[in-house]
Parts: sequence; C-alpha cells; structure tokens
Amino acid sequence: MDAFTSHTGVAAPLKRSAVDTDQIIPAVYLKRVTKTGFDDALFANWRQDPSFVLNQPAYAGASILVAGPDFGTGSSREHAVWALRDYGFSVVLSPKFADIFRGNAGKQGLVTGVIGEPEIERIWAALEADPGTEMTVDLVSRTARVGEFETGFEIDDYTRWRLLEGLDDIGLTLRNEDKIAQFEARREAWRPRTLPVP
Amino acid sequence: MSTSIPDRPRTLAEKLWDDHLVVKGEGGEPDLIYIDLHLVHEVTSPQAFDGLRAEGRPVRRLDLTIATEDHNTPTLDIDKPIADLTSRTQIETLRRNAAEFGVRLHSLGDKEQGIVHVVGPQLGLTMPGITVVCGDSHTSTHGAFGSMAFGIGTSEVEHVLATQTLPLKPFKTMAITVEGELKPGVSAKDIVLAIIAKIGANGGQGYVLEFRGSAIRALSMEGRMTICNMSIEAGARAGMVAPDETTFAYVKGRPHAPTGQDWDDAVAYWRTLPSDEGAVYDAEVFLDANELEPFVTWGTNPGQGVSLSDVVPDPASFDDPNERAAAERALEYMDLAAGTPLKDVAVDAVFMGSCTNSRIEDLRQFASIIQGRTKAEGVRVMVVPGSARVRLEAEAEGLDKIITDFGAEWRFAGCSMCLGMNPDQLAPGERCASTSNRNFEGRQGKGGRTHLVSPLVAASTAVLGRLASPSDLPALSQEPTKAEVR
Repeated sequence: MDAFTSHTGVAAPLKRSAVDTDQIIPAVYLKRVTKTGFDDALFANWRQDPSFVLNQPAYAGASILVAGPDFGTGSSREHAVWALRDYGFSVVLSPKFADIFRGNAGKQGLVTGVIGEPEIERIWAALEADPGTEMTVDLVSRTARVGEFETGFEIDDYTRWRLLEGLDDIGLTLRNEDKIAQFEARREAWRPRTLPVP
Repeated sequence: MSTSIPDRPRTLAEKLWDDHLVVKGEGGEPDLIYIDLHLVHEVTSPQAFDGLRAEGRPVRRLDLTIATEDHNTPTLDIDKPIADLTSRTQIETLRRNAAEFGVRLHSLGDKEQGIVHVVGPQLGLTMPGITVVCGDSHTSTHGAFGSMAFGIGTSEVEHVLATQTLPLKPFKTMAITVEGELKPGVSAKDIVLAIIAKIGANGGQGYVLEFRGSAIRALSMEGRMTICNMSIEAGARAGMVAPDETTFAYVKGRPHAPTGQDWDDAVAYWRTLPSDEGAVYDAEVFLDANELEPFVTWGTNPGQGVSLSDVVPDPASFDDPNERAAAERALEYMDLAAGTPLKDVAVDAVFMGSCTNSRIEDLRQFASIIQGRTKAEGVRVMVVPGSARVRLEAEAEGLDKIITDFGAEWRFAGCSMCLGMNPDQLAPGERCASTSNRNFEGRQGKGGRTHLVSPLVAASTAVLGRLASPSDLPALSQEPTKAEVR
C-alpha cells in the first residue's frame, strides 16, 4: 500500500445520499476471483445513464469523489473499496460514512474524509461552476481545498497514521517481523508441517 | 511457550491463546496470535493470493499451509471438465495460485482431496494444542482435538498467508457440560442440535464453546468433530473439546502425526491442556444426555429444532415476538403446519454428507441402518463421502455395496448438497433430511426445504420415506451384520 500525504486531482460531485455498496458495486460482480480490475464494476448501474456524473467528459480521470451523507451503507463487501480504488479514486469526501465501509477503506489505502454538509455543498457548487476543476486533499494538515475555498476534514488519528505510513494490516503486522521470527524459533518440533508430503 | 503465564487457573482456550501470543496488544489494540495450520480452498482464497501478488509478498510458511478443492467440485464425472463456469474458474484459479506460490494442493482426483475439514484431521495435521484457521466458518470442526480453530474472511486469509499470524481480540469462554449416557439411536449430532436449540442460533456469539462432561468424553473423535463443527451454528467463533486418550489414539500414526521423541513431547504438553480445576468461564450451560432423543430441525435456522418424537411447534407458543415471527416465516417456507408430528413428515430426498457428518464412522452408522433394507420408493438418497480417502476406506469395507444395494447414490467427495455450489441441489419445494449443518432458506437449492438430522436418522428416514429414527424401523429377520457390530 502506498503512503498518502497529499493528493491533487479532478474532483467529481456525486450529489446523492446513502450511496450503498450495492450501488457502488452490484452483487453480480462479486463472483470474480481477483482483487483488482473492478473499475468497470464501479457504479455499474448508474454508469448506464449517459448523464451520470462520471460519464461527463469534464470528470474523466476523476480521483476525488465528493458525495452526500451515509456513503457506503449496506453489505460488508470489501469489493466496494476495490472498485473505487481500481477506477482511480484516492479520496472520498462525505458528511458521513458507514462504519464497515470506512474501516475497509482505511485498510486499502482509500482516504475517507468527513466534511460537514454545508461545506460539502460549497465544494459541489465550486466543482459545478468549473467542471473538471482540481482539488487538493492534504492528509498531513487534514484539509481539502478547491480554488480559494479550504476546509478541514475529519479522519481518526490511527487511520491517518496508517495512511501516512502506507501501512495495510499486513504491513502493520510485519512491523513485528522480528517478534514473529523469534516466536517461530521457539516453536516445538512436534507442531504440524504440511511439507514435505510423506 | 509463553513467557508470562498468568498465575491462576486457566481454561483450555486461555492456555491456547497464551501459548500462541506473539505480541500482546496495548491500549485496546488486538493481540497478535500465531497460526500453526492454515487450510485453504478455492472459494475464499483467490483474492487473498491476488493481494499477495499486488504487493509482491510471498507465502510466509508454505510448510504450514495446505489447500484442497471442495466447495465447487462435482461428485459425478470427476474426470470431465467442470460445467459451471464460475465453479471451474474458482478451481482453476486455485490451481494456478498454488503452483505459482508453491502451496501444497490436493486437486479433484487426488487421493487426499476432499472437504478441507475432513482432510486436515485425516492427514494428522489437526492435533491438540495448535491454532487452525481457514476461510470457512466450519473450521470450528478442528477444535474437537483441543485446538483453537476458527473461520476467517478473505482479507484475513491473505494476512495469514503473508504473516502466519492474525491480530485478534480475546474471545469469551462458555462451558457446555453434557453429562450422562446416550440412548441407543442417539448420537453426537443430536447433542449439538439440542444444544443449539437450547442456547439459540446466536447464543454463542462472541464465545469459544468448550464441550465437556461424561457424554462428550465418551464420544469418538468423529462425534466430537460433529459437535465442534456446528458451534458456528450457535453463533460461536469456535468450539473445543479437551484432548484425552481418545484424541491421542486418533492422531497417532497418521501421515503427519509427530513420531518418536516429538510424539512424547507432544503428548506430555497435550496432557497439560485441559482446563484447570477452578478455571472460570464467562458462561455455563448444562445438558442431560440421558434424556436426549433423536433430534430434528423444523425451521430455517439450526436453533429451530425439537425431538423427532415431538410435533411441529405452534409459533404462538414462543414468548419472544421475534422468535414467534421467525417461526411463522419458517413454517410457511417449510410448508409445515403447527401440531404435525414430525414423524409424519415425508421427504423427497436424503443427503448423507458434509463436513459435519461425512467421515468413515458416519458412513458406518448410516450403513448399519440401511443394510438389508430397501430405500423408500421415490426418495432420492445421495451419499457423499467427505474425502477421497474416506471413499476408498468405505469401499474397502464394502459400505459402497451396502449403499448402492439399498438404492442410494454413491458419490465422489466434496461439500456437495450441503450448500449446492456444485450441481448437487434440491429442486424448488423438495424436502430433504440432511446430515449437513445449515437449514437456511435455499441453502441446498432455491426453494429447497432442509431438516437437519444425524446419520442414523437420515438412514432411517431413507428407509421409511418420512422422518424416522432407528427405533421406528421394523426389525430385520437376519443376524446383525458386520457394519452393525462395528
């Protein structure tokens, strides 16, 4: 997982609330055997509508999603985060996120910043006034900026630290690599081994 | 192995936790627990391997990892390409991943292929005092050996592949004491169905269950596995039984069992594992084995069960409004009327198999009832051994002949109709007496109706065509057979 400090990119306004994980990625895409390549699955149903925000040329290559409240409700599928990430999103901003989605996002390197509803609306207005305009999201100072407008966002200290360090769950555990190796050195000989095959 | 063993009586679960603690979590952080054995199958592993690939990480301990194909495998024509595209893709993906990362894999057609929870114990990899994980909720099965065994999600599968550890918060402990002697015709499956009916399908949530008492001690390892397997159906993360002479005798001599000095060291350690006198559990439950009857579920969750000699309960008899509503919905789905004697319920199919009841002893019990009898007309009876090895063993004992003579289908190994990921499914509206573990709506096929039962009840039901226990069968004129004596 790459370390995240600051990101500047095209921001897309997704002016909907309670965007659930079935909308983010419909269940039909869950049968796949990969953890990548879900870019086509993101908002698959909505993207069939030519007027959907991500189908507008100005927002091509968007990497920051600015959404309404209760983003990511519904099932616990990790695929929702994979789809956003594979499409190219690095940041989602919303007044409120579903807990499980937000937990999954932090583990996969997707920044989820909480910004108050009035501020989200100001950002939407700025983005719509100049479609395709870039935003900057700075995790160090916990600020989001579009044009002259800058606002703070919330993200918990632990998740922020992990994102700044680029540590996924496995990366975190591997910080204790020496302790794992010490434990392995102490393991008794009778414990099971699958190899060699007798 | 732990450097700081608490100076107080401990339960089996606490001892296992302490002995696998790599890093103690500080300030609300989880503990880091070492995993001795990681079992892998085709459904929950593809994204885990993909994650490793994306980060350029290897499998940390190939010698603690083993894979088998089970959920999607056909139980007929196993030499032909798998017809269903999703099933075939998952299996082919596992084969590619195993080859690329160097993971030991037992593929369809291999002598050691089978349900992951049958294969581990049979190879002697499952043993007391270890931690076992697998991306499958029925991993609790392995707790029967006095190990700490639980199911994990795909991200955790990746985590274990990469680090051989898991960050975990300690579980609460629940002692389930079963005292007394089982009547003839009553078996381990009836004990666990009765426990789940007693504590509820969520009664074990957050707990590790420790099954204890004279009735548990008297069980074979197969019986203990059946009970621990269904711990998850009470909502528990894991179930366990303290190791004893029965456990040691089962493990000894298996392909991966310790030998020589290692065996002696292992047994010496395993003898220290049973819960200490005075160890405190967070909850305790008691069950009288003497009073137990063959059990059957009437509803759509494993907690909705009663004695087979009972009637379908009236939803109005439930005080809890949620339970009452659940019972009403269940009876509608199951097409059952309150007050109907369960023994009057006719079935269309009998499924003998699954990680709950597909080991050699289960097949012997099933065969002991059907031998010399004929299958009820119009009932489809499918017998699916848990592993290719169990199938061979059964054939060496002549059980396959008893099964086919009876009129039942003798299949190849796999999860099969327990969850119908392969073609083995119920048709809409079909009713099945099943030795599996879940009676959820549509579990065995869309619209299918499942009654969970023991192998003895499944066999008796296959004879009469309606839910029945061995005592309902007319006596056979001939002498007791080899299979019955066993």
